[in-house]
Amino acid sequence: MPARKSKSQARELLFGDLWEFDPAPESAPAHIDERYRLFINGKYVAPKSRKYFDTISPRNGRKLSEIAEANEADVDAAYSAAAKAFPKWSALPGKERGKYLFRIARLLQDRSREFAVAETLDGGKPIKESRDFDLPMAAAHFFYHAGWADKLDFVAPGRTLKPLGVVGQVIPWNFPLLMLAWKLAPALATGNTVVIKPAETTSVTALKFASILQDAGLPPGVVNFVTGAGETGAAVVNHPTAAKIAFTGSTGVGKLIQRSLAGTGKRLTLELGGKAANIVFEDAPIDQAVEGIINGIFFNQGHVCCAGSRLLVQENIATDFIARLKRRLAVLRVGDPLDKNTDVGAINSKEQLGKIRELVDAGIAQGAEIHQPSCKLPRKGFYFPPTLFTGVSQSQRIAREEIFGPVLSVLTFRTPDEAVEKANNTCYGLSAGVWTDKGSRILNMASSLKAGVVWANTYNKFDPSSPFGGYKESGFGREGGKHGLLDYAQLD
Amino acid sequence: MSLTITKTPKCYVGGKFIRSESGRIYPIHRSNGEFFANIPLCTRKDLRNAVEAAAKAGSGWAARSPYNRAQILYRLAEMIEARRSEMQDALKLHGASTKDASTEVQATLDRIVHFAGWADKFEQILGSVNPVASSHFNFTITEPVGIVGILAPEDSPLLALMTLVLPAITAGNSVIAMVSKGAPYPAILLGEMLATSDLPGGVVNLLTGDRADTLPTFASHEHLRALSAVADAAEAKVLQEGAAESVKKVVLHDPDTDWFSDSHDSPYGIRSLTEAKTVWHPIGN
Repeated sequence: MPARKSKSQARELLFGDLWEFDPAPESAPAHIDERYRLFINGKYVAPKSRKYFDTISPRNGRKLSEIAEANEADVDAAYSAAAKAFPKWSALPGKERGKYLFRIARLLQDRSREFAVAETLDGGKPIKESRDFDLPMAAAHFFYHAGWADKLDFVAPGRTLKPLGVVGQVIPWNFPLLMLAWKLAPALATGNTVVIKPAETTSVTALKFASILQDAGLPPGVVNFVTGAGETGAAVVNHPTAAKIAFTGSTGVGKLIQRSLAGTGKRLTLELGGKAANIVFEDAPIDQAVEGIINGIFFNQGHVCCAGSRLLVQENIATDFIARLKRRLAVLRVGDPLDKNTDVGAINSKEQLGKIRELVDAGIAQGAEIHQPSCKLPRKGFYFPPTLFTGVSQSQRIAREEIFGPVLSVLTFRTPDEAVEKANNTCYGLSAGVWTDKGSRILNMASSLKAGVVWANTYNKFDPSSPFGGYKESGFGREGGKHGLLDYAQLD
Repeated sequence: MSLTITKTPKCYVGGKFIRSESGRIYPIHRSNGEFFANIPLCTRKDLRNAVEAAAKAGSGWAARSPYNRAQILYRLAEMIEARRSEMQDALKLHGASTKDASTEVQATLDRIVHFAGWADKFEQILGSVNPVASSHFNFTITEPVGIVGILAPEDSPLLALMTLVLPAITAGNSVIAMVSKGAPYPAILLGEMLATSDLPGGVVNLLTGDRADTLPTFASHEHLRALSAVADAAEAKVLQEGAAESVKKVVLHDPDTDWFSDSHDSPYGIRSLTEAKTVWHPIGN
């Protein structure tokens, strides 16, 4: 007699708290100083402002170190050093400039674990991400661009690339060291010198990185670090010596910078916010897609400009797909970022936690249905549970505004055209994801989506050779590949 | 002797020949001071209408095959060549010598043919296949930004205008151009030639008038995704400040630009009016 097919679904195996993981904290030392000064002209120097501010570890809310606050005079000193270093650095044969970058890549690899722990302590991201993603990728960016330094005659046929001069750079707190690498490597490979400002909540790894520049023997003044908050950033952006400003951060600040540079003749590239659609078709490899959606939004606590914060799932598979997402959500491990088993770490700052809460409250108030797994959050520090909203409509704030946190908004669609229309219905255009088994559909969707990066059957993948940057209000300019080089050079 | 039938100059917008919605005009004169015609004095409302026309035409033009775009651009050269003497007269009307008028038309024709050839080639220069470390076929292609606003200079009223328009439309953008105020007639004639060139109506829209009237709208209109402008320092500031509202690209050209220079014959002008899109395509079974 044939076995009768059960009408009820197979029961899930729920272990509850029976098999808890033991804590597995990463124990490598991070070597964090009690206080960090500015790095100008090859030396750590006390700020002329004489002021320092605390940097807080979001992991427990405790003070980690203190950081110099650069005022206008400090920023001016940094620009002077960079301008003084420019003639020699830009005249150095490309192959010699490249050797410095190769050295930097190697030295960063050597100290990779130490930097990963520091990054996690200072920024709150899970150690497995800083260890397996941020650090290797940062080193890869230096290694890749090192090899370009003596090949600038081959980037643009008929033209050669010449440096711009002193470049001012302002970077965000979500990938402190990686964004530093994205900014410094192409600027230095093309022969520019740099004044760079890390984000005020995540300056530690940048200032540690300055010691790598010293160890590599990089000539003084080629790279200068000034730390501080918005006022320091404004001083960097508005300094008359800057030939170009490169900014990664929010669209709001990007617009302010674009406005303040109007009429100055300075070049500008902006890598700003996003509200990416991650689109799942009925024929998608479902288990893989669930993993991809989870990674797309909860990677780095959702503090990712290209995060897949809008899930568009085809209507006929939506119920099942959402159920699978919820199951996956329930087994994400949220907690101490220093624990090697942690999937979702700490929210970068108290301020950011407040912003996430505000938008999540707006989602509830505007009628979306919230789902959060029951998970114990550490009592101290800044944490937010992974969150999923269903029944979201396009006009709601959680479908329009960048939350920059672990919050996914789920919408549905019926046809590919509807998916494209909904995906493109945003002022942003940084990235998008497409999940389907059909190669022709991938390419068709990729050409219809107004986004600078389209991932098919994957998400949040990066590579130094792969240009990254957005359409529309997600900014202009690209980072990575030959496209990125062109944004740090003039064509001669 | 019968009286000459004079032409009423009209702007070319959405494939149609229009007057300004405002009804405003300004007179232009021959170099000897004799009245020639009235030219539409376009307003910001005309600009907004033109943006609508460009938006309608844009997706179709962007979807044309590069080979088709190449042939249409070449067809434009054919249309101008066939009416070369008329175009030279238009330039002479504004004071150009016979020799200068001839040189400018020739340079314009050469540039159009040059860009016609780029239409199906620039991708192989500007795009890339990227050797990523994971199992993906990763490539970067160029896409048009959408609608481009163009502010042409007073001098070289045909050549400079086309030098700004060509990289934009070769890439698949549609454009709205404010042409030379003092020497608008070559652009009026160009509109008639565009209309017979197989270029879909709305891809190139030409407005006449005072740029001061429309400059702030060029700067702030959020459906214009890029500006390519010959502007003085004060105008540049207005354009860049307005552009910040919607994070649009602004490509500024020096008013002292030598429009006859071969340096304009490159794909890098196209690059600044495109977006780069990177696609990660899986490799697997």
